[in-house]
Amino acid sequence: MNSFDYQTPRTIDEALALLSEHGDEARVIAGGTALVTMMRQRLVQPGCLVSLRDVEGLGGIEASKGEIRLGALTTHREVEVSPLVKERAPVLAETYGKVATVRIRHMATVGGSLAHADPNQDPPVTLMALDAKAEIRRTGGRREVPLSAFFRDYYETVLEPGELVTAVSVPPLPAASGAAYVKFLPRSAEDYATVSVAATVTLDTGGERCREGRIALGSVAPTPVRARAAEALLADGRLDERLLRAVGEAAKGEVNPLTDHRGSAEYKREMTAVMVGRALSQAWEAARRALR
Amino acid sequence: MTRKICITVNGAAREAEVPTYRTLLDCLRYDLALTGSKEGCGVGVCGACTVLLDDKMVSSCITLAVFADGHEVTTVEGLASDERLHPVQQAFVDFGGFQCGICTPGQVVAAKALLDTVENPTEAQIRDWMLGNLCRCTGYYKIVESIQAAAKQERP
Repeated sequence: MNSFDYQTPRTIDEALALLSEHGDEARVIAGGTALVTMMRQRLVQPGCLVSLRDVEGLGGIEASKGEIRLGALTTHREVEVSPLVKERAPVLAETYGKVATVRIRHMATVGGSLAHADPNQDPPVTLMALDAKAEIRRTGGRREVPLSAFFRDYYETVLEPGELVTAVSVPPLPAASGAAYVKFLPRSAEDYATVSVAATVTLDTGGERCREGRIALGSVAPTPVRARAAEALLADGRLDERLLRAVGEAAKGEVNPLTDHRGSAEYKREMTAVMVGRALSQAWEAARRALR
Repeated sequence: MTRKICITVNGAAREAEVPTYRTLLDCLRYDLALTGSKEGCGVGVCGACTVLLDDKMVSSCITLAVFADGHEVTTVEGLASDERLHPVQQAFVDFGGFQCGICTPGQVVAAKALLDTVENPTEAQIRDWMLGNLCRCTGYYKIVESIQAAAKQERP
């Protein structure tokens, strides 16, 4: 690794001031599971690391106005085992629990995973399907960005120099809804997905037809993506093989995978359709349970 | 650039002046002469470098040493007390939980962390928790048996 200046601010304002001062030279570090690995491989060589590890008020999981708010410093493991998250958004706890290994989940943070913007990660996919928003701060300002507009490209986000993700907020699903996250892992359990799908289904009052559904996909494009054309086919649909096949086929048109050691682009495209079907079936079943 | 850090390692306060890029693993091995923790993959995947940071298991090869400043670290050297093996260590000996041994410090620390978290884990819980600790001798059955045996012992 290269030599770097290591800064340990105590407050959010101090951290933001350091980020403005150091500009492009600075990288934010929290758990370090992504950044230290990239630095060890000499993929990035920052001159200054601004550590969030001692910053007060950036951690914690809260319920506010019906939403769940995950502070940026919350670890993946904390989300995975949180009774609040398990009760209100079980799919989110399950998704964070599917990331890599317990060791990684003990260190990797909610905010870090968003800022890192690797399209192979699990949490952004589910957060996107749940219509979550990233809370972003800079000195003298703050903004909220829906996750569907947060990622720009491989390892690129809308974050400007001097900006910091401080939290992510997750709105509740409507009544009679279910959600599922499916991670296709043909190699080993701690791997990145070959394809991953998060889906939500909201049923109408009769409980037979889908009022609204959302589908987000991971590992099959330069960023996690919402499959909007596939979602549109869900409205007023009944769960059957024909619908699942049609939605899966539509989702194939919304991905742009790379060929790599987790599968060829063609294979990932085909498996996208399969996994969309599985995720929707599970979400549908969860929605039916919610109705009972 | 260097930084002076103070870590409680296996219960004892230790100080070191480290370059900011020093990993916790290298700090333990080269600054503090605790060579139990091993470097395998060097990218947080294989588990040979597993240590506890404030009682939570982490990959010390991708943890900066400066992260541990003011915190507690437990390594494999800290498990046995008064020349008596920790029940997890004894179980690995009794049940043949290792072959070549390179992954063993990480396996033992991870197993201790599991038993500190889940008192009586099922086999599925053991396999799920330990899936990030690779054994290239592929002695997984014996490792699982060792942990099951340790779970039945009185533990400190």
